[in-house]
Amino acid sequence: MSDSPAIAHGAADSAVHEHPPYQRHHFATMAQQNDATNFAMWLFLLTEIMFFGGLFTAYLIYRNWYYPAFVAGSHQLSIPLGGLNTLLLITSSFTMAMGVWCAETRRKSGLVLCLTLTFILGLGFLGIKTIEYSEKIEKHHVPGFHYSLQSFLDPASDPAAKAAGDKPMALDMARHTEVYFSLYFAMTGMHALHMIIGIGILGFMIFRARAGAYTTGHVTFVENFGLYWHFVDIIWIFLFPLLYLISRHQ
Amino acid sequence: MSDTIVVLPDQRTARIPKTNYLTKENGLLSWLLTGDHKRIAILYLISITCFFFVGGALAGLIRLELLTPQSDLMATDTYNKVFTMHGVVMIFLFLVPSVPATLGNFFIPMMIGAKDLALPKVNLLSWYLYMVGGILVLYTMVSGGVDTGWTFTTPLSTHYVNTNVLSTGLAVFVAGFSSIFTGLNFIVTIHKMRAPGMTWFRMPLFVWAHYAASILMVLGTPVLAIAIVLVALERTIGIGVFDPTKGGDPLLFQHLFWFYSHPAVYIMILPGMGVISETISTFSRKRVFGYTAVAFSSVAIAVFGFFVWAHHMFIMGISNYSVLIFSLLTMLVAVPSAIKIFNWTFTLYKGSITFETPMLYTFGFMGLFTIGGLTGVFLGTSGTDIHLTETYFIVAHFHFVMVGGMLMAFLAGIHFWWPKMTGRMYPEKISQLAAVVTFIGFNLTFFPQFILGTLGMPRRYASYPPEFQILNVFSTAGATILGVGYLLPVLYLTWSLKYGAIAGNNPWQATGLEWQTQSPPLTENFVELPIMDHEAYDYDWLERQKEKEVASVG
Amino acid sequence: MSEHQEHEHHIVSPKVYATILLALLVGTALTVWASYIDLGILNPIIALGIACTKATLVVLFFMHVKYSSKLTKLTVGAGVFTFMILVGMTLADYFTRAWGRW
Repeated sequence: MSDSPAIAHGAADSAVHEHPPYQRHHFATMAQQNDATNFAMWLFLLTEIMFFGGLFTAYLIYRNWYYPAFVAGSHQLSIPLGGLNTLLLITSSFTMAMGVWCAETRRKSGLVLCLTLTFILGLGFLGIKTIEYSEKIEKHHVPGFHYSLQSFLDPASDPAAKAAGDKPMALDMARHTEVYFSLYFAMTGMHALHMIIGIGILGFMIFRARAGAYTTGHVTFVENFGLYWHFVDIIWIFLFPLLYLISRHQ
Repeated sequence: MSDTIVVLPDQRTARIPKTNYLTKENGLLSWLLTGDHKRIAILYLISITCFFFVGGALAGLIRLELLTPQSDLMATDTYNKVFTMHGVVMIFLFLVPSVPATLGNFFIPMMIGAKDLALPKVNLLSWYLYMVGGILVLYTMVSGGVDTGWTFTTPLSTHYVNTNVLSTGLAVFVAGFSSIFTGLNFIVTIHKMRAPGMTWFRMPLFVWAHYAASILMVLGTPVLAIAIVLVALERTIGIGVFDPTKGGDPLLFQHLFWFYSHPAVYIMILPGMGVISETISTFSRKRVFGYTAVAFSSVAIAVFGFFVWAHHMFIMGISNYSVLIFSLLTMLVAVPSAIKIFNWTFTLYKGSITFETPMLYTFGFMGLFTIGGLTGVFLGTSGTDIHLTETYFIVAHFHFVMVGGMLMAFLAGIHFWWPKMTGRMYPEKISQLAAVVTFIGFNLTFFPQFILGTLGMPRRYASYPPEFQILNVFSTAGATILGVGYLLPVLYLTWSLKYGAIAGNNPWQATGLEWQTQSPPLTENFVELPIMDHEAYDYDWLERQKEKEVASVG
Repeated sequence: MSEHQEHEHHIVSPKVYATILLALLVGTALTVWASYIDLGILNPIIALGIACTKATLVVLFFMHVKYSSKLTKLTVGAGVFTFMILVGMTLADYFTRAWGRW
């Protein structure tokens, strides 16, 4: 692009300095570019809020309609595994925040370390999620054609239900546990999908960070990715109590 | 008093500027990989026009089928597919991106004095997403179509139909993200890229309208996305969120769907209102009356737009109390729309009005949108809604708003900015004829449908009782005229690309920053970043500029 | 909002991050512990209260909103507001369905 510096500096700022290579031609200053991309990222997160908002709405409605089914359904989830996942994700958020700090203070090896830790913690989260999913598949708790009501009609046959002290449910309410698991899989699945995308981008970033890409003072990409990662963390912060915890005492 | 404000340069000496955004680079790749908002706008314009005619052809089929009371042209389920595809193509591939993605894309950066949108690559990405969505729709069409209606109502879409709900859903999902990215880009650009001196209340109202529409795109569209994802999951693996046999509630789908799709009608109409603000000021040589009120009414429409969605569901079993609340809130949304119409009318008052083509379309818009809007109030009233909904009354209502309103505004905008986009004028006489033909054809097509609706003819049926035939014949006849009215611009606008008069910088003597540069503009839009030192629509400033120019040249 | 305002890029110190991490971990422990005690109606309220607090901490400090421009704060607010409309008005319909006619 052939924009002469005279044009770029026409009105916005009179300081005469060379553009850094990462400044796009249509921005007057670097600050304007950073502000714009940061704001764009926030707007994207708004769309994400609304995207998950639909699922949360569905959850709240059906929880009120089919309260006993949701209680029994949540007893099938493992709090230790869910809790461990929460720890992993919160810690990964911390390492991500530290990564941003390393980029800002131009610590290259620190940045690579933080990003790698975030990457590993994210993978750990997905690993545990896989364990949880496979358990559901074994018990036929995946909604669809092979959905089984065994654990809810006859809780004594199911260790998790037995441990929670579930009583046998009437057939029509037991059938509504399928709604619970539909939402469980939709919500955690969408969340996991976001994690997978995030981990993919993390891998790319580690690769670039090793080449010293983000420690030259231009940290917008790391910062904006950090926003995304923290957002995914926040979703989980709500999913964990809603799906695993709030019916535990019953 | 002259009957035109058009001032063209001396045609013998005038030339299209050698360097401009069209000639800067050549070759297909320079278009397909461009980051220039103007080129992307042109890409959009071409693709949107194609899809408009696809949708239009389907509309033609619908009207042909309805010429006779029996279902004789096509089988009834074919008819279902045709009106569904007509809706999907027209809404997601034409109306939603029409003005924003073409005119908005092209002119928002120029109007606020920026070199480009804030995120050029995202802008290009959103065009590619749009194309993917479009191709998926075409794929759906050739592989058997879909017959759920554009609303994908559950459990019909999840359980009972055997057609391509998935590919259509995916198309809408992808096209939705295209729309999200366009809106996001506009918001960031309007916030962060304004030229020095371009304060919020110096922006053209076109920009305000797009700002409001963009908010709706960003906040509304993802809810549609999740609703469609859930439908797809329900169709494929059989989760039970909307499935009544498993305890799900089909109405929840409607809530989520209309949470987007009602604001979506404001996504469609707001940018059109922005166009009207520009043309009405330019062709009556007056600042838009009540600038601030018009600006805020756009934002008010956007905000209220989120509170009214359940008026689409009055007859579907939502609670009586919701009906009451949503009915009241729906009336409220009429207020900002009325504010706009009144302010435009006051702008005309004592203005020096001229009747160039964009202004003719503008008048068409004002009349038809007012009718469309007022009949919307009938439908928002729950009592009349129960009688009128799902009849041709509602079909007429939203076509008055969408076709009579939005399409008129789109054509007004295309004609208004054509000289800026291409550097050449369109032929005036034939385009005025086209505007009049469109208006007549439109009224003949859709006004009878109001009567049909009040008489009780239901929508979405291939056949109807014989006593409705006369009005349907009117409607079909009107559709033919309307088709001619839409074909004409394509022909003469294409013609004008080569043979049109050279327009010069500012043929309309308009005040916007986009008119103060060469046409077609440079890739960077401005030689020097402009500094905004006057209010929007300040015609005295324009006069002073011209005097200055004369003084300096002379 | 003034144009091209070069607000100082605020670098949050690792100490703040560590404190927030600690708070989040404590919050997680607390919410798990509270879920085993039968508090009746208070159970979901406490769980959501803790979740909201944790989310707020993440937004304010990890996502730097505390140090960001008003525009960013407004953006977050707009998101929460629209989310509330979606949830609130949809639930309003569901809860009033049982009331029957008026």
